[in-house]
Order: sequence, then C-alpha cells, then structure tokens
Amino acid sequence: MSLPMLWFILIAVLWTGYLFLEGFDLGVGMLMKLLARDEKERRVLLNTIGPVWDGNEVWLLTAGGATFAAFPLWYAALFSALYVPLTLVLVGLIFRAVSIEYRGKVASERWTNAWTWAMALGSFLAAFGIGAGLALTTTGLPLDEHGDRVGSWHTFLNVYAVIGGLAVVGFCLVHGAAFVMMKTDGEIRRRARDFAVRLMPVLLLPIVAWVLIVQVDNGKWWTWLPILGAVAAVAFAWISLKAGEEKRGFLGLAVFIVLGVAAIFASVYPTVLPSTLNGAWDLTAQNASSSPYTLKVMTFVAAFGVPLVLAYQGWTYWVFRKRISTANIPDAHTIVAQVGDGRYADGAAD
Amino acid sequence: MDALDIARWQFGITTVYHFFMVPLTLGLGPLVAIFQTLWYRTGEEHWLRMTKFWGKIYLINFIMGVATGIVQEFQFGMAWSDYSRFVGDVFGAPLAMEALLAFFIESTFLGLWIFGWDRLPKKLHLGVLWAAVIGSILSAYFIIVANSWMQHPVGIELVNGRPRMNDAWAVFTNNTALVAYPHVLAGSLAVGTALLVGIAWYHLWRRRVDGVDSVDAEGRVIVGDHPEVPGRDRVDYSVWMKSLRIGAVVAIVAGIAVAITGDQQAKLMFQQQPMKMASAEAACENGGALSILTIGNLRSNSCDDVTTLIQIPGLLSFLAHGDFDTDVQGVADLVPIYQERYGTNLPDDPRLGARAGQEISYVPLMPVTYWGFRAMIGFGIISMFGGILAWWLTRKGTVPTATWLMRLGVAAILLPFLANVAGWIFTEMGRQPFVVAPNPTGIDGVFMFTAAAVSPGVSAGEILFSLVTLTLVYGALAVVEIGLLTKYTRAGVPSAMPELVHHQPTPEERKKADDVLAFAY
Repeated sequence: MSLPMLWFILIAVLWTGYLFLEGFDLGVGMLMKLLARDEKERRVLLNTIGPVWDGNEVWLLTAGGATFAAFPLWYAALFSALYVPLTLVLVGLIFRAVSIEYRGKVASERWTNAWTWAMALGSFLAAFGIGAGLALTTTGLPLDEHGDRVGSWHTFLNVYAVIGGLAVVGFCLVHGAAFVMMKTDGEIRRRARDFAVRLMPVLLLPIVAWVLIVQVDNGKWWTWLPILGAVAAVAFAWISLKAGEEKRGFLGLAVFIVLGVAAIFASVYPTVLPSTLNGAWDLTAQNASSSPYTLKVMTFVAAFGVPLVLAYQGWTYWVFRKRISTANIPDAHTIVAQVGDGRYADGAAD
Repeated sequence: MDALDIARWQFGITTVYHFFMVPLTLGLGPLVAIFQTLWYRTGEEHWLRMTKFWGKIYLINFIMGVATGIVQEFQFGMAWSDYSRFVGDVFGAPLAMEALLAFFIESTFLGLWIFGWDRLPKKLHLGVLWAAVIGSILSAYFIIVANSWMQHPVGIELVNGRPRMNDAWAVFTNNTALVAYPHVLAGSLAVGTALLVGIAWYHLWRRRVDGVDSVDAEGRVIVGDHPEVPGRDRVDYSVWMKSLRIGAVVAIVAGIAVAITGDQQAKLMFQQQPMKMASAEAACENGGALSILTIGNLRSNSCDDVTTLIQIPGLLSFLAHGDFDTDVQGVADLVPIYQERYGTNLPDDPRLGARAGQEISYVPLMPVTYWGFRAMIGFGIISMFGGILAWWLTRKGTVPTATWLMRLGVAAILLPFLANVAGWIFTEMGRQPFVVAPNPTGIDGVFMFTAAAVSPGVSAGEILFSLVTLTLVYGALAVVEIGLLTKYTRAGVPSAMPELVHHQPTPEERKKADDVLAFAY
C-alpha cells in the first residue's frame, strides 16, 4: 500500500470517527428544540453529551489538520472553494460550543431560551454545512488547473450539496435520538424512541441517496459490498430500536455509518476532489499529497496517537455510562453578587 | 481594500481575539491544578474553594478559546489557499499533531474534570485536570513550532519551488520556537496571575468595606465573618488572601521570566529578521542606541521623516549582541540587501491579480512595529511592578480600603493581555512583507510574500462577508463573556459552589443521589 493511499484511508477513518461521535451530539443539539418539552428535559439532553462533546469535536479539527498535513492541495482547494458555507459552519460551531458552556450560567428563561436556539440552529448549520462539503468533495467543484475555484461564491450550491447536507443532518438526528434512548430514562427516552422509529426511514434517505449516487458514478463492483452491509446494519438498527434494544440499535447505526463512509471513500478513490471543468484537473490522493517523508513522519504520529485517543475517549464513555433522567437534574443555581447587605441570601432560593 | 487586505484584517482580528482566551487558559490552568493538588494533599477547605472558583472562571474563558480556535485552523485553507499549498508539507504537520496529540487530551480530560467531581476518585480527578493542563501546554508548543517555521524556515529542501520537509527534528527544535515557547508561556502566566491578583483584591476590598474584615492599630488584619451572606466566612478570607499572595509572587517570577526569554528572543531575531528589529527601533541608520522616543511621521515609513529625540547610547547593541559597541544595522542599510536577495518587484504572475509586478516595500509599518514593541515591553514591566506593589501592600494581611486602588488592581488585569497582544502584533506585522520570512542562513528561495499567499479563487466580497460576520459574532460574544465573568466574579466562591448557598445534603441524601452529582450544565 502506498503512503498516499494509507493516508486516504486514515482521513476516511477520521471523518468516520467524527460523524459517528459528533454525529450524535450534533443530533442531540438539534433535538433540544425538537424533542424536549421542558427545561429539565432540555438539561437532561445537554448533560448526556456534556462530558464528551468537546472531545468529539476534536475529530473535526484532526480531520482538517490531517488533510492539511497529508493532502495540502486537497485542503487548500476544498476549503477555499467552499468559503461561504464553511464560514457558516464556523459560526454554527462557535454558537454551539459557547451555548453548551454558557446556557446554564444564568438562571433566566430568556437567557436559556436564546442559548437553546443557538444550540439547535448552530448544530443544524454545522451538520448541514459539513455534509454539503463532504458531498461536494466526492461529486466535484468547478476548479481550474491550480485547484482554484472558477466562478462566484455560490457555485457550490447544487443538488449534491443539498443531498449531502440533508444526509448528515438526517443521520445526526437519528443517531442523536438513539443516543438519547441509550443514555436517558423516563418520558424523554420513550419520546426519543418514537422519534427514531417513526422518522428513521425518511431521515436516512438522503444519506442512502448520496452513497448510491457516488456508487453509480464512480463505484467499483466490490464497493457494493459495504453498501449491502450498511443497508443490513440500518435495517438491524431499526428493528432493534423498535424493540427497545437501544444498545443494539446504536451499534447498528455505528456499523451503518462506518460502512457508508467506507463505501463512499472507496468508490471515489483515488480521486479526492474532482474538477467539474476538466477531468485532467482532478485532485487525487497521489497528486495532492505531501512528500513521502512528511507522510512517513505523520504515519508514526498517527500510529501512536490514534489508538491512544481511542483508549482514553473510550474510558470517558465508560466513566459516564449511567443513564440520567429529569430526576437527576439539580435546580438551577442563581448567581448573585456577594455584598454586605445580605442580598445573596434573598436571591438564592429557586 | 482588496482581498489581501481584507484577509489580513480578518486574520489579525480573529487571531488577536483568540489570543485573549489562550494565554488565560495557559496561565490559569496550571494554577488551578496546583490549588487542587494542595487540596488533595492537605484537605484544607480554602484550596477546594480556590479550585472551584478559579476553575469556573477558567472554564468560562476556555470555551471561547475552543470556539475561536477552529476558525484559526479553517482560515488557512479558506482565505490563504496558496499559502497552504506552499507550506503544507511542513506546516500542516504541527497543526495536525496539535489536534491529535494535544487538543484531544485537553478537551477529553477537561470534560472528565468538569463532570468528574465526586464521581471519579479524588486522586484520579486531580490527575485528569493535570492531563488537561498538560494538553494545553503541549498544544501551545505545536502552534509555536508552526508559527516559528513561518518566522524562520528550517528542516527543508526546495523541490519544484515548494519547501519539502526533510528533517522533522529540525522543525520541532527550531531555535526560534525554543525561545518563543517559554516566552509565550511566561507571558501567559503573567495573564493568569494578574487575574488572580485583581479579582482577589476586589474581594478583600469588598470584605473590608462591608465590615467583614478590619485592621488593628498596626494595620494588621482582623479576620471576621458575615454569616448572613453565603460564603462570607473566615475560609473565604483565606481564599482571596492566598490567591492574591500566590498571584503576586508568581506574577513577579513570570515577569522576570518574560524579560529573560524576551531578551533571548530579541537577540535571535536580530540575526534572523534584522529588518523586523530595525523597524522596531525605527532605526534608519546603523547604530547602537536604543530609542526612547522617536517622533515624526512614522507612518510614511520613510527615513527622511523620522527623528529620534531621546535615546540611550549602546543599549540597542546590548540588546542585540550583548555588548555596547557593535552596531545594529538600520533600515537604510538593510533595504538594498533585501532587494538584492529577494527582488525589487513581486513576480509578474497573473495569480497575484492587481498586485502582480508591484514594487515590494521591505520595511514593515513602522508605527506598528515601533509602538507595538514598546507597548509589549511597557505593559509587561508595569504589570510586573504591579505584582510587586500588590505583594508589598498586602504584607499585613489585607488590602487598603481605598476604592481607587481596588479599581486600579482590577484594571491592571488588562495589562498583561495588552502586552501579549502587542507582542504578537509586533512579531507578525514585523515579518511583513513576508508570510514565510526568509531564513538568512537557510536555503535560498524558501520564503513567501504575503501578497502571494491569499486564495486566488476567493473574491474580496466573500472575505468581507466572513470578516464582518466573524467580527460581529466575536464582538457580541466578548460582551457575553465579560458579562459572565463579571457576574461570577462579583458572586465570589458561591458562584462556583452552590452547596455554600443551598442546604447541605445529608450523607443519606448524598448516597441516594449518587448518580446525580456534578451535572454541570
């Protein structure tokens, strides 16, 4: 196996890790508006991802950084061509991150409500934008021979971008609901199950469409195999969730996303970003990659780093393995200035 | 303004903003970890309260650093695609390693710390905080390595006009990075300690004007308590007094470390980027005197328009070379050297747009470098003396009741922030017109003009859109963050410890609620 091929696989692994992990916490972010009915339920949802979301988001930074290091021409072409949508992704991610930390810091309805919207919309924007970007790197952008975009800012807006955006949003919602089923108890758990079972076939349609489009355009005969596997996994997930077997359902979704992403990346290989203007200008794993020396150095780093990350992140999930419910959520804590007239004591009761 | 100018403003604004959060994270993190270690060792309540309170402030700030950090990584590809293509083989590696080897540790273990109170065994809970703090310190190293490569490219060969890494060890032990890294860490510690001193000063002052603490005839503190105000007990006094004293001492140490490392860095920079240092001095002619005040039209960037009014003979030579009589090269001398080595005009490449073939100005914007250099040093020195003053004024156990002194103490929190920002603006603007500065003793041809780095396919309008959007978002969030920090600061320790306000759960309740604890959000 050549080094660029190895790194192509590693990038695919990083994106899979990202979609699998941040998939559910982006989903939970959106579900805070769709699924929760009162403040305590919203806090239950937020606390299911509270300890882990930041670690999950680093998968995105790592995927971006690794693309920069291993395939600088791919990174440069893709990120600059998608300038406006990525700006919106950044805004979404910023609001989402800040919302998680700041939402509970002031006990007022206006404050928490504003941050819930920031969380839900930020999660949606990030999921949609990342999905659109990933779809476009498989279906192509109007690039010239240098990898620079030809045409104006909105050339990215096409049917593939919309399918990709909806694909990731849909997957995140289903995955998020399955995660909520697994991590919570009580009314919210039941509602998450209804949501997942009822809407899964619709919400996962776009991602299936994306996989099939890529397969029909570029697939090899053997890339049908992961697709068949993914379909079997998703059917298994649906049946399991319906039966209330949450862990099995979640596992099914995990296998689904692993095989789905594998099918997409395997189909397009060796192309990493096609030019829609001229096939000779396609960026491929070979012509977009860093030098063998750099790839070798990065291979050692990844061989050491990735298993380590998996080990301690896995441990985190084990530490926070217990279910939570509204009964576990303590009352909000009012923050009042500590001054001599005893105002604190008055304002403290909730 | 064209795409290049807008992209530079955007990089400047987003980076300076990001670097308000970063040094506080780097500086406060180790202090919180030390407080928790002391609590673990001694079991004394004030260390626990210090951990909780300063930990809360740390987290309110940390998240903003996370949120704005993603913008930094994406921006290289989005707005600076030709830069990314040129440097990717070398520069991408430390960025990827930062994410994989450092930021993962920082984020994962911080999540464990936030939610791990009372859930993880005490020793392990302390361990995860240390892991997160070490992760952040490690992360700074990778970023400094990346930045230092732009200041002083090493470990490379030139293949097809692009630098290729051939010696990773050289990149990661770049002498520019090895002197910049401790300088940045010491500067960050100055930021963290100024916050400790300023906020602790406020609370000790509050306790005095509220009549909680008083002083005897010799000015020694008499500690009191106000049971009707939650958290205003005797332990609370220890929290603030210890924070202030530790903050002041570490601020002094950090100040000295900043000066020493800054001096080493300057000496290196005189060799590596002589033009940056000459323009920091607005030094037109060769000489050895350090300018205290240079007037005239620095903005014109022309040597005919500036006059040095006050100077200290020999000091510049000392800063650059360690003796008092070796001359330092001035701008007038350096320009022809640069022109001969790196050309007089930008290449006539259509990818440079309207800037193709333009004449290159090798002199960085002198008002920025001259005043940036002085602001960095000036604010740094004042801040360190603030630490000495705070230490002296509190020697009898508390602060004076003077309101203006308290306000000064709180305002002084800003000083090391400003010094940090000025330092970065100086060092990055002083590198212009290069984005990758040439290494005078390195390989010819490994340098890049900033004008050639911007994304050729991205329009000025797009970059303006993101500049306006990000600036508005950042501005709004700055208001929110400062508002929250103020609120939590005024509320004191109970802001981070609801248990001081609400009723204390009995051991049985605690047992029943075993799964409940530490839901932070």
